Amino acid sequence: MTAPWKSIVKKIDDYRWEIPTSYKEGMSVPGRIFASESMLDHIWEEHAFEQVANVAFLPGIVRYSLAMPDIHWGYGFPIGGVAATRVRDGVISPGGVGFDINCGVRLVRTSLTEEEVRPKIEPLVDALFHNIPSGLGSEGKIKASRKELDEVMEQGSRWALERGYGLPEDIVATEESGCIKGARADKVSDKAKKRGLPQLGTLGSGNHFLEVAVVDELYDRDAAKVMGIEELGQIMLLIHTGSRGFGHQICSDYVNILGQAVKKYGINLPDRQLACAPVDSPEGKDYLAAMAGAANYAWTNRQFILHWARESFAKVFDKSQAELGMRQIYDVCHNIAKLENYDINGKPEKLCVHRKGATRAFPAGHPDVPDAYRAIGQPVLIPGDMGRSSYVALGTDVAMAETFGSTCHGAGRLKSRGAAKRMLKGADVARSLAAQGITVKTGSMASLAEEAPQAYKDVSEVVEITHQAGISRKVVKTKPIGVIKG
Amino acid sequence: MGSVTMTKEFEILDHTADVGIIAYGADLEQAFANAARGLFSLITSLSDVDEALHRDIELTATDRESLLVDWLNELVYYFDTEGILFKRFDIIELNNSHLKARGYGEKADSAKHELKTGVKGATYHMLKIEKNKGYRVQVLFDI
Repeated sequence: MTAPWKSIVKKIDDYRWEIPTSYKEGMSVPGRIFASESMLDHIWEEHAFEQVANVAFLPGIVRYSLAMPDIHWGYGFPIGGVAATRVRDGVISPGGVGFDINCGVRLVRTSLTEEEVRPKIEPLVDALFHNIPSGLGSEGKIKASRKELDEVMEQGSRWALERGYGLPEDIVATEESGCIKGARADKVSDKAKKRGLPQLGTLGSGNHFLEVAVVDELYDRDAAKVMGIEELGQIMLLIHTGSRGFGHQICSDYVNILGQAVKKYGINLPDRQLACAPVDSPEGKDYLAAMAGAANYAWTNRQFILHWARESFAKVFDKSQAELGMRQIYDVCHNIAKLENYDINGKPEKLCVHRKGATRAFPAGHPDVPDAYRAIGQPVLIPGDMGRSSYVALGTDVAMAETFGSTCHGAGRLKSRGAAKRMLKGADVARSLAAQGITVKTGSMASLAEEAPQAYKDVSEVVEITHQAGISRKVVKTKPIGVIKG
Repeated sequence: MGSVTMTKEFEILDHTADVGIIAYGADLEQAFANAARGLFSLITSLSDVDEALHRDIELTATDRESLLVDWLNELVYYFDTEGILFKRFDIIELNNSHLKARGYGEKADSAKHELKTGVKGATYHMLKIEKNKGYRVQVLFDI
């Protein structure tokens, strides 16, 4: 039988597929999916086409409702979705950012090798687990006051740096230098602040993790070298977490507020979770100011975690920071909305780029790429599941031209959490990972089963599509040897 | 929709990225209470939770759907800020825009409760409140 999507989707090339506006009345632009033909069956089955089409309803959306190859069904927006709306007459949607505002990844190089780390991987994973609060209901070691939380919202990573957490060069190697301007603490509810306070400096649970990885393949040695990645077997550290309950509450609050705005501004939407308001309206501006606060909180959070990770490495290996060489390569957002400038039909246009489960991928020469990477492009960090690989890629001109400077963010779920738990037991997952040489420490065995490698698409397939399509180019592949799951 | 058996309180709905619940009730009050029990059954085993404390909750919203989302988000908020696991609910008042309830439970204790899934919030995605013989409500959570 011919796959049902074949009569709907137009093939552009092997990696680009278009959903025409005729698919659903109300779409103002077509949908465009970056995927292989074999992936489309799954994307269709879980109704992600429908969500790509629904996003195309958003007022002011430009060119396409985009989907990256790690697309899977979300709530409202698909995860792996990118949508750019005009600031002058378009909307902003909190659902296009997601609950975990600035959920993101930070990658750190080390001068350690696999040979040195393997024999000490157990104590290292234990030290990281004990030094970095993780898991459901965990509280942070940072006892910030309400006033300090307001400062975190407004200053981001720098707030942690000024208190001795991290190095100045960490900030430079962070998207937006770890602070989106325009954050306003008075646009964030008391409830969000109450949820955010105890969770500052925590990894969290769910898909959040800390990973000790080893460089497994180098696709572009020169570009890798610019990032401080010199050889196979070199040890890397990945930190994956976001804005915790703080961002979640801001999202919930603003889905409600913008749900009212939808009525006020007479916006027609196929799904309430797409609630939005004009970017330039009071409601839209308030959300952006609150979202920036959550994004800055998330960067501060990752800044603390990096500091404790450095301490843990120093203790376990009894080496100085200079000897460890733990330099931050980069830190990217996976869930965010950004105001960025693009040429649309030959004219400059300010756009609000929603990236929900997508990574910014700016090319070489772009002014927002840090000086150190200006010649190669912005590092793109793409974590896989805990049993397979993660990738470092670079942004490209193709991404600027086609995807508003965006690419994929990870593997993308294949199986629901329930299905994963029915299929696997946490203890078996730990055993099977151990057999592959991966030491895992978790506070929750159930969470381990939910996050098992089998529950995810193979990240290599996802990255290959973005590489072949040209929206990012792969530079380094790493594989995990130690994992901390919240 | 088929007939509703009132003996079933709720069931878990599987969704690739997230998890939802379908809760049942002879009346809307019961369906709201069961939806909340469904929420906490995702976080921990309800049978391990004692009724050692209670919290009073009062909410207003523009419609029943928003009220349901706000109700569940309020409970997530109590879990996140005070660590409270609720297991039983009295819905004292419920109409299209107003809810007054009391939740009974206790503070999470790692020695006593296994915490399973963290819930970020309730969503409007695929949200349904249906009335047939009784009520059936469906909510997806971002987790």
